[in-house]
Amino acid sequence: MLRAGLSAATRPALARPATTLAADFAKVAKRPTTKYGGIYTVTLIPGDGIGAEITDSVKEIFEHVNAPIEWEQYDVSGMSSAGEALFRQAMDSLKRNRVGLKGILFTPISQSGHISWNVAMRQQLDIYASVVLCKSLPGVPTRHSNVDFAIIRENTEGEYSGLEHQSYPGVVESLKVSTRAKAERISRFAFDFALKNNRKKVTCVHKANIMKLGDGLFLNTFRRVAEEYKSHGIEFNDMIVDNTSMQLVAKPGQFDVMVMPNLYGAIVSNIGAALVGGPGIVPGCNIGSEYALFEPGCRHVASDIMGTNRANPTAMILSATMLLRHLGLDPLANQIAAATFDVINSGKVRTADMGGSATTSDFTSAIIKNL
Amino acid sequence: MLGRPLAGIARAPSAFRRYASASPTAAFAGKKDSNGKYTVTLIPGDGIGPEISQSIKDIYTAAAVPIQWEEVSVTPVLKGGKTVIPDNAINSVKKNTVALKGPLATPIGKGHVSLNLTLRRTFNLFANVRPCVSIQGFKTPYDDVNTVLIRENTEGEYSGIEHEIVDGVVQSIKLITWDASERVARYAFNYAQSSGRKRVTAVHKANIMKMSDGMFLSACREVSKEYPGITYDEDLLDRVCLQIVQNPKPYSDRVMVMPNLYGDILSDMCAGLIGGLGLTPSGNIGRDASIFEAVHGSAPDIAGKGLANPTALLLSSLMMLRHMNLFEHADKIEKAALTTIAEGKSITGDLGGKASTVEYTNAIISKLK
Repeated sequence: MLRAGLSAATRPALARPATTLAADFAKVAKRPTTKYGGIYTVTLIPGDGIGAEITDSVKEIFEHVNAPIEWEQYDVSGMSSAGEALFRQAMDSLKRNRVGLKGILFTPISQSGHISWNVAMRQQLDIYASVVLCKSLPGVPTRHSNVDFAIIRENTEGEYSGLEHQSYPGVVESLKVSTRAKAERISRFAFDFALKNNRKKVTCVHKANIMKLGDGLFLNTFRRVAEEYKSHGIEFNDMIVDNTSMQLVAKPGQFDVMVMPNLYGAIVSNIGAALVGGPGIVPGCNIGSEYALFEPGCRHVASDIMGTNRANPTAMILSATMLLRHLGLDPLANQIAAATFDVINSGKVRTADMGGSATTSDFTSAIIKNL
Repeated sequence: MLGRPLAGIARAPSAFRRYASASPTAAFAGKKDSNGKYTVTLIPGDGIGPEISQSIKDIYTAAAVPIQWEEVSVTPVLKGGKTVIPDNAINSVKKNTVALKGPLATPIGKGHVSLNLTLRRTFNLFANVRPCVSIQGFKTPYDDVNTVLIRENTEGEYSGIEHEIVDGVVQSIKLITWDASERVARYAFNYAQSSGRKRVTAVHKANIMKMSDGMFLSACREVSKEYPGITYDEDLLDRVCLQIVQNPKPYSDRVMVMPNLYGDILSDMCAGLIGGLGLTPSGNIGRDASIFEAVHGSAPDIAGKGLANPTALLLSSLMMLRHMNLFEHADKIEKAALTTIAEGKSITGDLGGKASTVEYTNAIISKLK
C-alpha cells in the first residue's frame, strides 16, 4: 500500500534541500484528509510537560503565515488516569482527520498506573514507522559536526508488546514479539525512505547474536528486502546494537539511514539527539498506511522546565513542517523551516539548551520576524 | 508513593532472599600459598591474547605483585558428543576463584554455545562491572568521563528463551527474577560503598515494561534501605542515554545498575566516549569465582606482530587486584600505565603512537621503579 503511494508520487527525486530536514513521505492517498474549503483539519495534542509551550509556538507561526490548518485541540494529559475519556476523544479525532501533531504524554512507571498512551496511539493507529532525523546544525555547537542520519524505528511491537506476567512470585516474564510481516514493512519503509530522500546506505541495528530467533527474523527479513533494492544502488549493512551505540558516539558520520526494532530505536534516537544538541531540535513523525502523527523525535516530557518559557520549540516546529509537507504544502513548509534554521544559524536568539538565554517566546518571535 | 504499588507485587518469600544474599558481595576469600603468593588462573585467549597476557605477566613480575599465574586454555574440547570447556580450566578457576582472561575468538557457525556464556553459567557470574574513565593523552570529544556501570549478567533479554509460535511470529522472553535483581543491586551498593561513590542510580524502562523492570526497581529499592549512607534514585534508559552523551560529567558521582540488555548497550556506549574497547576494563563478579577480562576482540589481523595494545587487559587485571584487596599494587601499576599513555612517547598504534607491545610494556615497567 505504502509502496504504491510512493511510486505514484510524481515529484522528481531532488537532492535534500540543505536548509530543511526534508522527509517527503507518501501522501495519504487512499482516503483524503479532512479538508473543507481548502482548510485541513488537524488533530493537535500538546501533551504534558513543555508540550503546551512548544505547540503554542507552532500555532503562532502557522497563524502568522496563514497556514490552511484548523486545529482540533485535545489537552490530554497522562499525569493521571483520569484523562482517559479525553484520550479516547483525541483518538476519534485522529481517526477522522488522519493527521495529527502531538507532544509527549507522561507515562507513570508504577504498575497501577495506566499504560503508555503514546504507545497505545501508535499501536491502535498502526503508525508503524517512527522517523527521527538527526542532523548537525552549524548554529548549535556540539562535539560532533558531521551528523546526518535518519532513524527508522519499528513502532508497534517488539519489547513494547505490553505482554507481561508473573509466573511465580519473584519471576516475571516480559514478551518481546517479533513478526516477519512487521519486519518486512519497516525494512521496506527504510529503503523507500532512502530512495526518496537520496540517501545511500541503510544499516540494520539488531542483537541477533543473542536473540537468534527474534532479532534473527528481523535481520534476515531486512537482508531479503535489501536484495530487492540492490538495483537502486542503495548499500546496506547491519550492526549489533551495542557496537552501534559505541560507533555513534565515536564516529557518527558513518551512519545514513538506520532501521531497527522498537527498543533499540529508543536508545539510538536519544544518542542521536544528544549528538546534535538535544531533544529540543530533533523532529520526528510516526507514519502508517492510514494515519500520520507528527511529534518531536526524541520523546521527552521535560517536566523539569515545564511552564518556564525556556523550552526550545524547534523540534516541534520542524515536526510541524514535516506535517505540512505530508499535506502537500511544501512551499509553506520550506518557508517556515528556512526561517527556523536562519534563526538558529545566525546564533543571536538561542534558547537555554543551545547555550543562550532567549525564551520560547523570543525564539518564536525571531522566527516570525524572519518569515 | 511510587514505591507502594510496586512493592506489593513480586516479593519473593524471604527464604529466597536469604539464598540470594548468601554471598552478598562475592568478596574474595583466597589464601596465599607457602611462598606468600595468591594463585590466579590466566586464560591468555586467542589472537593477540598471548602477547598482551605476556605484557601483564612482565609488568606484574616487575612490580612484585604477589601472584602466581596458572595458565589454562579454554579452547573447547569434545566430550560426550558436545563441545565443552576443558575440565582442567574449570577446576583451576574453581580452585583459585579469580581469573584473568584475554579475548576469545568466537567460533562462527551453528551449534556453538558461546564460551563467555558457558563461563558465566558455570561460575554464576551475576554482575558485570564496567568502569569507563577518560584517559589522559588519548583525546576524544569527551574529556570528563568517569562512569561505573553494573549490569545484571544472567537473565533479562539474554535468557535465551525464544520460540516461533507460528511461521513468522517469534516470542523472545525477557526474564526478570527478584533474586537476581536483588543480588546485582546489593553488589552495586557494595561497590558504591567500597569505591567511594555516594549514589546508586537504577536505569530502567518501567514505564513500558511495568512488571519486569518494575520488579527490578522494587528489588533495588529494598536493597537501598540497607545502605542509608548511599543515595538511591532511578532514571529512564532514554534519559540516561541522552544525558551521558550530552554531558557525561554528572555521572561521575555514582554507580549505575541495570538489567542485562541495557547494560550491554550502555557500557559499550560509555566505552565509545573514551575511545573504544581497547581502553576499558571489565570484571565479571560471581558467586563461585570472578573473571576479569578484556572485552575487545582477538584482532587476528595483527596477532603475532607485537603491535597489540594490552591496556584493556592490564586495567582489567587492576580491577582484579582491587577485588583481591591488593590496592597498593594496583595503584602503583595504574599510575605507571596512565603516565606512560599521557606522555605519549611509547604508545601503541591504536592510540596514535608507534611503539610495539614490548616497548609500551617496558615503558610502564621503567616507571614502576
